[in-house]
Amino acid sequence: MAKPVSQKILIKNGRLIDPKNSVDTVTDILIDDFRVCRIGKGLSSPNAEVIDASGKIVTPGLIDLHVHFRQPGDEEEETIASGSAAAVAGGFTSVVCMPNTNPPVDEATAVEFVHRMGRQARKTFIYVMGAITKDRAGKELAEIGLMSLAGAIGFTDDGCGVQDTGVMLRAVKYASMFDVVIAQHCEDQSLARHGAMNAGYKATVLGLPGIDPLAEEMMLWRDIQLIKKTRIRYHAQHISTAGSVRIIRQAKAEGLPVTCEVTPHHLLLTEESVSDYNTNYKVNPPLRTQKDVDALKNAVQEGLVDALATDHAPHLQSEKELEFLAAPCGIAGLECALPLYRKALIDEGICDWSQMLAMLTWRPAGVIRVDKGSLAVGDRADVAIIDPDVEWTVDADRFFSKSRNCPYIGWKLKSKVLYTIVAGEIRYRAAT
Amino acid sequence: MGRKTQWTHKHLIGLSDLTREEIELILDTAKSFEEFSTRSIKKAPTLRGKVVVNMFFEDSTRTRNSFTLAASRLSADVIEFTKTSSSVSKGETLIDTARNLEAMGVDIVVIRHSAGGAPKLLSRSINACVVNAGDGYHEHPTQGLLDVYTIRQMRGSLEGLKIGIVGDIAHSRVARSDVYAMTKLGAQVTLIGPPTLMPASVCDLPVKVSYNLDAVIEELDVINMLRIQFERLGGNPFPSVREYSHFFGLTMDRMQRAKKDILVMHPGPINRGLEIESEVADGPNSVILRQVANGLAVRMAVLFLVTQASTLEG
Repeated sequence: MAKPVSQKILIKNGRLIDPKNSVDTVTDILIDDFRVCRIGKGLSSPNAEVIDASGKIVTPGLIDLHVHFRQPGDEEEETIASGSAAAVAGGFTSVVCMPNTNPPVDEATAVEFVHRMGRQARKTFIYVMGAITKDRAGKELAEIGLMSLAGAIGFTDDGCGVQDTGVMLRAVKYASMFDVVIAQHCEDQSLARHGAMNAGYKATVLGLPGIDPLAEEMMLWRDIQLIKKTRIRYHAQHISTAGSVRIIRQAKAEGLPVTCEVTPHHLLLTEESVSDYNTNYKVNPPLRTQKDVDALKNAVQEGLVDALATDHAPHLQSEKELEFLAAPCGIAGLECALPLYRKALIDEGICDWSQMLAMLTWRPAGVIRVDKGSLAVGDRADVAIIDPDVEWTVDADRFFSKSRNCPYIGWKLKSKVLYTIVAGEIRYRAAT
Repeated sequence: MGRKTQWTHKHLIGLSDLTREEIELILDTAKSFEEFSTRSIKKAPTLRGKVVVNMFFEDSTRTRNSFTLAASRLSADVIEFTKTSSSVSKGETLIDTARNLEAMGVDIVVIRHSAGGAPKLLSRSINACVVNAGDGYHEHPTQGLLDVYTIRQMRGSLEGLKIGIVGDIAHSRVARSDVYAMTKLGAQVTLIGPPTLMPASVCDLPVKVSYNLDAVIEELDVINMLRIQFERLGGNPFPSVREYSHFFGLTMDRMQRAKKDILVMHPGPINRGLEIESEVADGPNSVILRQVANGLAVRMAVLFLVTQASTLEG
């Protein structure tokens, strides 16, 4: 494995937006010895690589709390190396890998394996969430303590939720002795069954089994009752309905340690997209209605959303070319996430750059309690440099991800990541 | 002939895609094929040299035979492909199967599949014409067409008729195709069944909904009794067969309160004594066998029209 190289980088005249420290100013940044060395106007350094960032945004590297890199087990869809390359191309300097691999990450050696592959890939920082239950089967607790010692920062059975209320109560109680977050893919199977899209008129017309919003809301509501007994940190993954927003609002008002994340697709797309049985729009939780999209945007505006997360879920083209019912759920979206968030939030007047970047930097860092998402002198130099206004067309042939299951292919988007610096090293440069 | 409506669809996926005029064009075309069955030589050279494949991924006797017969009466060669598999994701994919058949020079693919959207997927992936013979609980367009054909044959028109469709609406492709065809032709449709067998947001369809057959039976001109498809019912949507029959079965007793000339329809196969009593199914108001006979003419019309559109497209 290559030795870390201390690179001197001088970023000139960029608009530094560092929401954690309430900074939004045009300045220079000198990176040396893996860290932010100096911030100020008119900096110079003889042997530094100089990046002219005039008219560009310089921000703490982005953090994605929800990605699927498919390794171990489904390396033909994605590997930790290809996923990491996609991440830095999207401006992400830290990502959290979900445990629903094959075999699942449900014990410490698997956690260590993912970390090791991440270090070898040498692109983005990799954090790991372990499974709450053995084999993600929802029956017996996995070794939450040992995984936590191996570096897992949280736990989830993502892909499905823990169905049994007794098991979930035991999980939150047990995990509360460690400094970890319990995350949940909220979906009550008895309501969702074999649903393939949002339950509603569209599903009725297409003759597809629906997933009622209640499937998400019932489990979210249940979990919030459970954590009242433990005060463990709880994170609701990819919330998608207006009802979930109400539940989160209430929980936060009560002062409970509850956080949530929202995906780009739930902010931009509705069930209407499914009209043609296009499986690139098959995702779980399913695309909902405009009313739900509006509620999620309101939640962002109110500050209820702690993190924007992609749920990057790569799949083979051959799997997505199946009947809608048979095709797997998921959207690959790391490489165009930032401009999608911009389109959904900034262009719609929901929030400004600083507020949006907060949900991509220090706020998600807070959800998993890592010391990231800030760009003050002395901080580790995880940086993204963004051209905010350049327009580009999403082209799957340029993806670093191995997969193409992306409904945004062909979309014209504004904002592009130019450089991604991880621990003081330039790990991504946009092709010019 | 100077027909106003031109048929332009190379595929028949569903009736929700069609205009009233297009539906009427199919029915009029079917009318011209109707007398075929009475000829001594029941064959026309219309599709000579064309190859039709019946791709049936679900059990079917009536629909498959009807398509086979319709194709052979038009002198097409017919390949039968039957594969009932519960898991569509195992083995060769649908698209690969179809592309292989297409490589053998197939012109029309008639597909029956348990997954809604399978014919649409196919139509995007191959060049042959695709005719939907029923997909999941999306649509069963030829059934919808033969139903309205039968009503039109008996009543001249559907304009203003009150039609009840009774049973498992949620899992019925027939109900969906019927609703589109019947309402486009001017009928008022009421869907009747327990709430557990109604699909989500059913009220957004251009229909009325009733949970009480007895409350509406008197006003109906036509009643279509759907088959209870036990294989498709999830969970336990009604407590027992006898309770279902009690509230939603078409009994002689209920027939006493219906209009004298009510048309009784059923897409088949019948569960005698469950959704419909034998005496009703075999009684004077029943047009169930007429539906089957008309299915042939309607399917001949569909095969003919999609081939025409395909030829025009070049």
